[in-house]
Amino acid sequence: MGAYLVRRLLLMALTLFGMSVLIFVMLRLVPGDIADILTNASGISDPKEKAKIAHDLGIDQPILVQYGKWIGGLARGDLGFAYVSEQPAIDEILPRIPISGKLAGMALFFAVLLGVPLGVISAVRQNTKLDYFLRVISLSGLSLPAFWLGLLVLMGSVHWFGTIPIYNSDPHGFWDDVAMLGLPAIVVGFRSSALIMRLTRSSMLEVLRQDYIRTARSKGASMFAVNFKHALRNALLPVVTVIGIEAAFLVGGLIVTETVFNIPGVARFLVEAILWRDYPIVQNLVMLIAFVVVTINFLVDMAYMALDPRIKYSD
Amino acid sequence: MRKRMAFVAASLVALGVAATPVFAQKAGGTLHISHRENPPSASIHEESTISVNQPFMAVFNNLVVFDPNEKKNSPDKIVPDLAESWSWDATNTKLTFKLRTDVKWHDGKPFTSKDVKCTFDAVSGIDEKLDIMRKSPRRIWYVNLKEVTTNGDSEVTFVLGRPQPSFLSILAAGYSPVYSCHVDGRVMRSKPIGTGPFKVAEFKRNEVIKLVKNPDYFKKGRPYLDVIDWKIVPNRSTRMLGFQTGQFDMTFDSDVSFPMLKDVMDQKKDAVCEARPTNVRSDILINRDAPPFDNPDVRRALVDTIDFRAFSQILSQGHHLEGAAMLPPPYGVWGMPKEMLATLPGHGTDIAKSRAEAQAIMKKLGYSADKPLKIKVATRNIAIYRDPAVILIDQLKQIYIEADLEPIDSSVWYNKIAKKDYQVGMNLTGGGVDDPDTFFYENFYSKSERNYTSYNNPEVDKLIDAQSAETDSEKRKKLVWEIEKKLAEDAARPVIGHNFDNTCWDPKMKGLKLQVNSIYNGWRFEDVWLDK
Repeated sequence: MGAYLVRRLLLMALTLFGMSVLIFVMLRLVPGDIADILTNASGISDPKEKAKIAHDLGIDQPILVQYGKWIGGLARGDLGFAYVSEQPAIDEILPRIPISGKLAGMALFFAVLLGVPLGVISAVRQNTKLDYFLRVISLSGLSLPAFWLGLLVLMGSVHWFGTIPIYNSDPHGFWDDVAMLGLPAIVVGFRSSALIMRLTRSSMLEVLRQDYIRTARSKGASMFAVNFKHALRNALLPVVTVIGIEAAFLVGGLIVTETVFNIPGVARFLVEAILWRDYPIVQNLVMLIAFVVVTINFLVDMAYMALDPRIKYSD
Repeated sequence: MRKRMAFVAASLVALGVAATPVFAQKAGGTLHISHRENPPSASIHEESTISVNQPFMAVFNNLVVFDPNEKKNSPDKIVPDLAESWSWDATNTKLTFKLRTDVKWHDGKPFTSKDVKCTFDAVSGIDEKLDIMRKSPRRIWYVNLKEVTTNGDSEVTFVLGRPQPSFLSILAAGYSPVYSCHVDGRVMRSKPIGTGPFKVAEFKRNEVIKLVKNPDYFKKGRPYLDVIDWKIVPNRSTRMLGFQTGQFDMTFDSDVSFPMLKDVMDQKKDAVCEARPTNVRSDILINRDAPPFDNPDVRRALVDTIDFRAFSQILSQGHHLEGAAMLPPPYGVWGMPKEMLATLPGHGTDIAKSRAEAQAIMKKLGYSADKPLKIKVATRNIAIYRDPAVILIDQLKQIYIEADLEPIDSSVWYNKIAKKDYQVGMNLTGGGVDDPDTFFYENFYSKSERNYTSYNNPEVDKLIDAQSAETDSEKRKKLVWEIEKKLAEDAARPVIGHNFDNTCWDPKMKGLKLQVNSIYNGWRFEDVWLDK
């Protein structure tokens, strides 16, 4: 187990290194750089002014030198300066992480809270009206674009409550967060919940047909015990995998939802930084996301062991 | 009896209006406004967008400004700001300002003539080493400025190469604030120090621009508001919903298009909405240095097929203004009269006739429905650019031109145009001041770096210089109209319409006077107050 862990951690480090090279090179392959954009934004294309900006920002240096400076800084905890705001990149990124983190956490919580129990109910009541209803709900979750759903929720909020949850930069505690992020989290989490619901249902249907379930029933175990204790635990493995993948994919959903609900989180900030070719912001944020995804994958693998005692990672 | 009742009712209404008390301005409160995007920076001199002017003009002062109580910016309606008075010398080449001595920067340091000198030395490029800005998109405005001299702390003189009556208008523009020279450019771009009625408390990208009252403002009793809170909301639907639910007291300037106006008014019945021109025109860029548009006949055919009214009807329910290069009257000061406009190519009233002529030109050149001319119409990949480009493509079909839309990322748009890597482009061109000097020098003068299309006509250059030096405004207008005519005949950025949009606010917001011939001016907010 110890050797396995070391191997996994080394692999994680290698993946992150590969990512850093990939994102660094890809960013520079995109046409236009920050000097182009800054001069374009002012409506000028004077090569002299452009060259001066490029020199000031160091983007006229050889690519290897730029990469070395970035990685060296990253190792020292120095993320550099954002090109657009001219503030330390860490000061730009750090305050936004908890906002998106809370939104993603709430969305995932909502997705699991809704997806798993409804998936179980749908499987247990297979081919009943309730099952059909829940399947339509899950299908709509997969097919409604988050952008459209977000706007619909905002309009509904205006119609019924006469207000919309515009993000307040100083939320005062947990309930303030819930009030501001609750609706957006539901919009983001709805799609994931649909996926989780469908997967839980199919996985449960497979498990419910197993001999040991029949045995449990014949021994007189209660419906609840059979479904949730014996069947669900065994049906959860693929669901946990999907929850892990969805957690990583949530960033994509957050971009749209943060835009519609005007939440100043990391995802919207990343898109904006890409548009502005703000390399220090994009590079560091993508690395952060890569780190989160790699870590989640690792944790999911570890969760398998906890869920299924038969799984052992050998040295 | 009915007539008598009507008279009584009308009298009561009139009396009611007359008896309505004039409320004294109330001090205090926070004004909430939605902002459409992240401004590229807070440095007005370095940027060319209303996204910077509208929030940050309130942080600064100019030497002089267009009278904020007048709806129309005009050279004869300019009032003192940081200057107490001004005078021209006998040769009309030296403009001297006496400065106020009671003005302090937001950090407490005194404002002096050195600040004025260093600002305009940097903007004009007289001294390129100054650290207060790293780019100056309107350098061409100051092409005639030779030197800025000071006489003590409270007098400054602008020395011009030749008489230029518009110079005062240039200094009165929202784009011409005075910067503090003891503050470096990085600070001016992120949290600028000014002398204006409001200080920057916070500029957080993607989130908020928060301005707070400057208690040491030199105009006593101003501003009325305590705080102006600009919330950055890039999604227009969210902005509109925020305004309708009262979370914003005002929309971003010209944010409410005519198709949206009805919905906004239905949802917020007490909203005050004002429509006005933006002094931004939609125009067509034609690459005259490469085939097929190096042929003047093809350019002429393209201009002749344009149906301005169709553009206006589709884009703004018929509200766009028809005009040549300058904003047309009655809103604009310099645009040519309607009857003269009708004689220009592309502005005739009989579109069928001009299209038939255009078809004849194209047929003569060997094009037909079976053998169309294939081109690309490039434009920035933004809806307000793409929409007119699509209409243009449709209209070009009428004269056997089969065009594909080529959406271009904003980051490389001007580079592409400057490299002449396009055939036809759809563009928006704004005017910081409704003034021929700024507009012509910026966009059509051969030496201007903002003359993206590299339009180069020595005759037009001469006329631009001539109108600029003309002190008789009637004679000058005639020269301006001659330039407009030449530009139209040359198909130099044919104008398909002058944009006209709505700005809305809650009735409790008082004291704002929108200026009808430039959206870039009049955003000092010092007279705005909240009636609540």
